[in-house]
Amino acid sequence: MNSAKLLLKARDLKVHFPVGNSWLFGQPKQLVKAVDGIDLEVYQGETLGVVGESGCGKSTLARALLRLIEPTGGTLQWCGEDMLAFSRKQLIAQRRNFQMIFQDPAACLNPRMTVAECIAEPLYTHEAQLSRKEIEAQVIQMMNRVGLSASHRNRYPHEFSGGQCQRVGIARALILKPQLIICDEPVSALDVSIQAQVINLLKDVQREMNLALVMIAHDLSVVRHISDRVMVMYLGKQMESGTYQAVFDQATHPYTKALLSAVPIADPVASRNRKVQLLLGDLPSPMNPPSGCVFRTRCPEVSEHCANIDPQFSGDISHQIFCNNVQL
Amino acid sequence: MTTTLSINQKRWLKFKANKRGYLSLWIFSILFGITLCSEFIANDKPLLISYSQQWYFPIFVDYSELDFAGDLDVTVDYTDPYIIDLIEQKQGWMIWPIIPYSFDTIIYDLPTPAPSPPTVDNWLGTDDKSRDVVAGLLYGFRVSVLFGFAVTIISALIGVAAGAVQGYYGGKVDLFFQRIIEVWSSMPTLFILIIMLSIITPNIGWLLLFVLLFSWMGFVGVVRAEFLRGRNLEYVQAARALGMSDGRIMFKHILPNAMVATLTFMPFTLSGSVTILTSLDFLGFGLPPGSASLGDLLAQGKANLHAPWLGLSSFIMLGFMLSLLVFIGEAVRDAFDPRGSY
Repeated sequence: MNSAKLLLKARDLKVHFPVGNSWLFGQPKQLVKAVDGIDLEVYQGETLGVVGESGCGKSTLARALLRLIEPTGGTLQWCGEDMLAFSRKQLIAQRRNFQMIFQDPAACLNPRMTVAECIAEPLYTHEAQLSRKEIEAQVIQMMNRVGLSASHRNRYPHEFSGGQCQRVGIARALILKPQLIICDEPVSALDVSIQAQVINLLKDVQREMNLALVMIAHDLSVVRHISDRVMVMYLGKQMESGTYQAVFDQATHPYTKALLSAVPIADPVASRNRKVQLLLGDLPSPMNPPSGCVFRTRCPEVSEHCANIDPQFSGDISHQIFCNNVQL
Repeated sequence: MTTTLSINQKRWLKFKANKRGYLSLWIFSILFGITLCSEFIANDKPLLISYSQQWYFPIFVDYSELDFAGDLDVTVDYTDPYIIDLIEQKQGWMIWPIIPYSFDTIIYDLPTPAPSPPTVDNWLGTDDKSRDVVAGLLYGFRVSVLFGFAVTIISALIGVAAGAVQGYYGGKVDLFFQRIIEVWSSMPTLFILIIMLSIITPNIGWLLLFVLLFSWMGFVGVVRAEFLRGRNLEYVQAARALGMSDGRIMFKHILPNAMVATLTFMPFTLSGSVTILTSLDFLGFGLPPGSASLGDLLAQGKANLHAPWLGLSSFIMLGFMLSLLVFIGEAVRDAFDPRGSY
């Protein structure tokens, strides 16, 4: 893994949204800290899973990594270059290397375009020199690759099922042969039976094209199935990250342990006997996060100093946690 | 392909189902078609002259009296008995349009002083400058409608572009332009038009320009709203993530959504600009004196209350045209309304 090329590197990445304006001019009243100081690396050919509850900033992180939302702080590097310094032109040209797959497969396709047009769109923008015939050939090849019948290419998205639409979305993301694809909950809108197909498709094309994937999900079983490394987020902050084995098998952070204990097991006996660690209360408002460790209000292992001290970092690249009470 | 067609086909069927609007469209098209060839219906020149075994087309070519063996090198007045006599001497003949007067033909041999009441020759009488009213209505209708079309199309282009930029970029751009539009739209349009048109000598070009200064704003609101909504649609975000240029996203992905609102708005802008032109003409700040205009005829009707055919005919013409436009507009609006998909 370490020999692979480093594609994307974020350090202390922050996305803060201003909420409401104070009277007339002046500073915004409050900030929603959707993403607050995330560090991550993505290497060629690997899959990074990002998990967390709804509203913890996963989707914002995904968009900030691609500069679809401008990060408000921190640094972002693409292949060693400062991505935040890219001009608009450079950014548009670079977008062919990092693509995105969206959550709602039907909504992310223009209802007025046939699926072939949808898939061909990136080519018109980035490979304008291609002839109509060449584009058509590439589209057909890509449709076959993702398991769509090429004879359906003149249909409209609403004539397809959710799973097929997601395949169109994948084909569109793949057609420029990018190095990185960020998947923002690509299967959460799909049927369970279709989820597996789509995840397997992603896995197959990843192996073939040596793609890096960032898989954002709230479903741990999806992340477990596909990820090499995992990052656990809570309220815009990193809780625990590391290799898939380290995070899932030797979970150390109280939040990760609670998350894992809530995953259903397909064995009734084991399921009855295990202890589920329920978290109390709701996710605190990101406008007014708790002081110190953001997880302290719901943490089963909370201690007094958690409110005053920021969580301590411990561990190394293969497994790191941010907690005051538990150290690696 | 089949789906877009069927959406538009559905809309067309819905439009046709609105009998009043559909009929209005037909009547309006026929009237407009007729007035487009006004020169062949109401003109003070013959359609065709046969003179010494030759054809002459006075509507297209200006002939000199010398061509008909006259004495002076001046443009021919075909109603002059001297010319008629010259032509008939050579076994020539003329075919006249149904109405042998143009909108600016001054009729000298009226039986009564101008404005003269309707007669067999002047179906709706003449105005106080001895000009035929029917010819005036024909040409006036054409000018009004052409002016309306020009205003509508150009202001739609400007308004859509401005609304698209505002809605798509949002934020500070939107805030800034929105304030400008608020100030600009709170101007008393008619008075400013009157002031500006009394500074320069008005002609159709100036009128168009000044009316456009204000009429484009009508489209900005609806288009801006569509773009504000559209830029957050997931497929638009997806297009941004794919690295498409802003222009392509605006035109290819969001504009089709805004087209419905724009098209629905157009017939009403059309009738609105016809009204503006008429009111300016009525007040005497519109087209230069001597041009065909419904507003001028209305003003004459007001000045000559003893000649009711002036006011009545222009009022009926105008009212009829505006009603047709509003009926068409209503039918278009209903046809594009996604909720009424019964």
